[in-house]
Amino acid sequence: MQIGFTTAAYVVAAVLFILSLGGLSGQESAKRAIWYGIVGMGLAVLATLFGPGAGNWLLSAVMIAGGGAIGWVIAKRVQMTEMPQLVAAMHSLVGLAAVFVGFNAQLELGRVTAAMAEGATEGFRGFAEVLTHKTAAELNMLQIEVFLGVFIGAVTFTGSVVAFGKLAGRIDGKPKKLPGGHMLNAAAAAGSLILGLLYCADIGPSVFWLVLITLLAFFIGWHLIMGIGGADMPVVVSMLNSYSGWAAAAIGFTLSNDLLIVTGALVGSSGAILSYIMCKAMNRNFVSVILGGFGGTTGPAAEIEGEQIAIDADGVASALNDADSVVIVPGYGMAVAQAQGAVSELTTKLRAAGKEVRFAIHPVAGRLPGHMNVLLAEARVPYDIVLEMDEINDDFPSTDVAIVIGSNDIVNPAAQEDPNSPIAGMPVLEVWKAKQVFVSKRGQGTGYSGIENPLFFKENTRMFYGDARESVNKLLPLLD
Amino acid sequence: MKIGALKESFEGEARVAITPSSAAHLQKLGHEAFVESGAGIRAGFSDDDYRKAGVTVEASAADLIKTVDVVAKVRQPDDAEIRQMRAGQTLISFFYPGQSGELLEVAKGQGITAIAMDMVPRISRAQKMDALSSMANIAGYRSVIEAANNFGRFFTGQVTAAGKVPPAKVLVVGAGVAGLAAIGTSVSLGAQVYAFDVRPEVAEQIESMGAEFVFLDFKEAQTDGAATGGYAAPSSPEFREKQLEKFRELAPQMDVVITTALIPGRDAPVLWTKDMVEAMKPGSVIVDLAAEKGGNCELTVPEQRIVTDNGVVIIGYTDFPSRMGAQASELYGNNIRHFMADLTPKKDGVVDHNMEDDVIRGATVAHGGEITFPPPPPKVAAIAAQKPKEKPKELTPAERRAQEVAAFKAETRSQVMLLGGGGILLLLVGLLAPASFMSHFIVFVLACFVGFRVIWNVAHSLHTPLMAVTNAISSIIILGALMQISSGSWLVVILAALAVFMAGINIFGGFMVTRRMLAMFQKS
Repeated sequence: MQIGFTTAAYVVAAVLFILSLGGLSGQESAKRAIWYGIVGMGLAVLATLFGPGAGNWLLSAVMIAGGGAIGWVIAKRVQMTEMPQLVAAMHSLVGLAAVFVGFNAQLELGRVTAAMAEGATEGFRGFAEVLTHKTAAELNMLQIEVFLGVFIGAVTFTGSVVAFGKLAGRIDGKPKKLPGGHMLNAAAAAGSLILGLLYCADIGPSVFWLVLITLLAFFIGWHLIMGIGGADMPVVVSMLNSYSGWAAAAIGFTLSNDLLIVTGALVGSSGAILSYIMCKAMNRNFVSVILGGFGGTTGPAAEIEGEQIAIDADGVASALNDADSVVIVPGYGMAVAQAQGAVSELTTKLRAAGKEVRFAIHPVAGRLPGHMNVLLAEARVPYDIVLEMDEINDDFPSTDVAIVIGSNDIVNPAAQEDPNSPIAGMPVLEVWKAKQVFVSKRGQGTGYSGIENPLFFKENTRMFYGDARESVNKLLPLLD
Repeated sequence: MKIGALKESFEGEARVAITPSSAAHLQKLGHEAFVESGAGIRAGFSDDDYRKAGVTVEASAADLIKTVDVVAKVRQPDDAEIRQMRAGQTLISFFYPGQSGELLEVAKGQGITAIAMDMVPRISRAQKMDALSSMANIAGYRSVIEAANNFGRFFTGQVTAAGKVPPAKVLVVGAGVAGLAAIGTSVSLGAQVYAFDVRPEVAEQIESMGAEFVFLDFKEAQTDGAATGGYAAPSSPEFREKQLEKFRELAPQMDVVITTALIPGRDAPVLWTKDMVEAMKPGSVIVDLAAEKGGNCELTVPEQRIVTDNGVVIIGYTDFPSRMGAQASELYGNNIRHFMADLTPKKDGVVDHNMEDDVIRGATVAHGGEITFPPPPPKVAAIAAQKPKEKPKELTPAERRAQEVAAFKAETRSQVMLLGGGGILLLLVGLLAPASFMSHFIVFVLACFVGFRVIWNVAHSLHTPLMAVTNAISSIIILGALMQISSGSWLVVILAALAVFMAGINIFGGFMVTRRMLAMFQKS
């Protein structure tokens, strides 16, 4: 097949990818948009398989089929609460693939230059053939690109593996650092840079340098993400998403493949924007999240007066029976307790009784951007009653009952009232303005950030202790 | 313990201190409930109703007082009643110890424990026994009903076939519990409600009830309600002048005025003067909830409804809660049983009169042959001190315009800087990099740009599907691997095959899971 045809297919695929992302602006158009993505991907793969210089079709087909089957099964089986770890795991695959493709580029380069030195100019296929046409300056540039692709890919790989472990609960969610902390990361980064210079300048054994760079990058990815706590995972996962895109773009440069560049850039900017949105939702800057831990407090936190008053299911149910408008604020605790089904049933019941029920979603609720929306959608909560923070914050004063299920920091009034609080300035859901607030919580402990939550001590707050799912299930029979 | 409610001796009083339902709660605390025959008749509870609830009915007041340990009443006891009581007995009722020194002396002489329901401190824990609030709430509601009854027009505005009716304008002065209840009731009747209070911090509460806060532009540091237990304090003469001026301005427009301004332990301030009444339209109604303390309106005659020469009705009733005997008894009965619950913490029917407890100490005015009034200040501050609020300054159009221009300039500057910086960087890259790289670089930069534009439009709720789908398409890296898989070197083939394999997982897994998620989103 002609190279012109392949390029045309790539153009179409790129347009389809853009449409596919653009379609995610609304729930209905998204259902169509996903097909654009699928068709674009199919087109790109076919055009490459049958394009100039391709070969080994059988092996390619077997590998795609094998991987595809595994992917299919995983996607079918995964629980919606496990989405964060799935996404992290998939990032790690892209990262590792980028590392492999980068290494291949270097190996091919070595092979081609060796052969060229012996005078052989023909007999190369695919990527190797492309290399034979490159000038010295272009080859230099290519090595820089390989370096970037491999480095970013490797950081993405180990970072995602650690993120996966933390999200899946296989690694302790608390931030951990080796002695030396960020100095180690900085040293490793500097080391990679020096090795990268050696590699690009063709001093010494190139492949060996590349292996060392990869190992250092593996270390950076692992250590960096180990130092970040569970609740910051939305930022981490979006950041890794972004990295996987940049790695693909870097590899695209190496291979002179525009579709890879375009797609990588799309994914990279998507992840970057998501990280930005998440950081803004926590009122923290990107660097401080990535470097881990809370910092910059200026004084002792304000003392909280009062007591936490517990309430039983009867009390909550009677308040719900009397209420006209109810707002539910779900958090990570709802996902942990798998309470979304029970919450959905509660919603149906309240709505059947003619009450206005809405959900308020904080941008960083859960462990993945948009995590709560997906869980509620899974439990068949209609998406038009699930609102964003900005849409609903002004409605709390006219709300009769606000129910907080498994969230803590995102409803902490200290963010607004106490300038010394570590989360001061973070936009929060103003549930305390509702006439009554019920907080479903396991016990009296503090949230992820370890900050006391004055909400629990407010006069209109009642604590509804217990596992979220059991608590909500207890409520159901008590409602009219 | 035996708790009994007396029949109210005060003429026309319809309330009763124990209702059949509150008796049931008292029994749960381990107490026995008693009631004087006929005590609940005017509130709608017959002796039989009480008997059904397990309450013993005593024939006379004397019998009851002899039998029980705790005497519950609504109004202050009269001399005869209190003199029948014996040492060690407990009396729970309204008492007004500040104004009734003599009665206090009698209580001391008799050696009884007197609990004044009007002295329950205003802290959140004690809200459930705050009888002043529960009665004020009823008074506020009833005041509007009385006003409507005397007002010859609709409260709500209507457009009918026979003509247009404007809504009644209601002014509520004093936004305490009664005032807020009056606001709520007037709003739900459809009136246009204005409200005034000397405490600026209640503006929010007034607005939350649906009324408009009458704003007084006055520079004086206004008193913080928190310092006086949530009650209003007397204001300076200048402030008062300003306030009256505002009322004078409002008087001709108002159809109904409800005044509820009281300052604890003082006569009611006169806020609605004779000339204001004269300025009002004929048929307007004034309800003076402060009539018992002399009235907020200059012309109020306590306990009477009068009509002025210019046809304004002034209602000075002092028995609003009693006019709603059933409701008032229900709430008062609940206040009493909540107090008893605090007095019997073990729920075993034994009263533990804990003078260390803020609430019990505050309400007890005589105990063990001593007068224990006034109480020491409570250990817990009643209400958090109000933080001074910065009022956002109103900007003049010119200032706003200047701000917009400045913001626009700053934005332009930052954009130009960004573009300029980026441009220079690009030029530098262009100087060094080979031409083929630059052509790819253009594609890259444009793709980033498109990406930024597109992603900002993605709905927040679809962020997880977005991540899954970008995940799937980032496995476009498979193209690289496919181009390398035909290589002559076995190592390259193996690595490429592995990359294809992993990308394959991602492509299928990513798209599949996105489809699954998107299919779940449904409209109601």
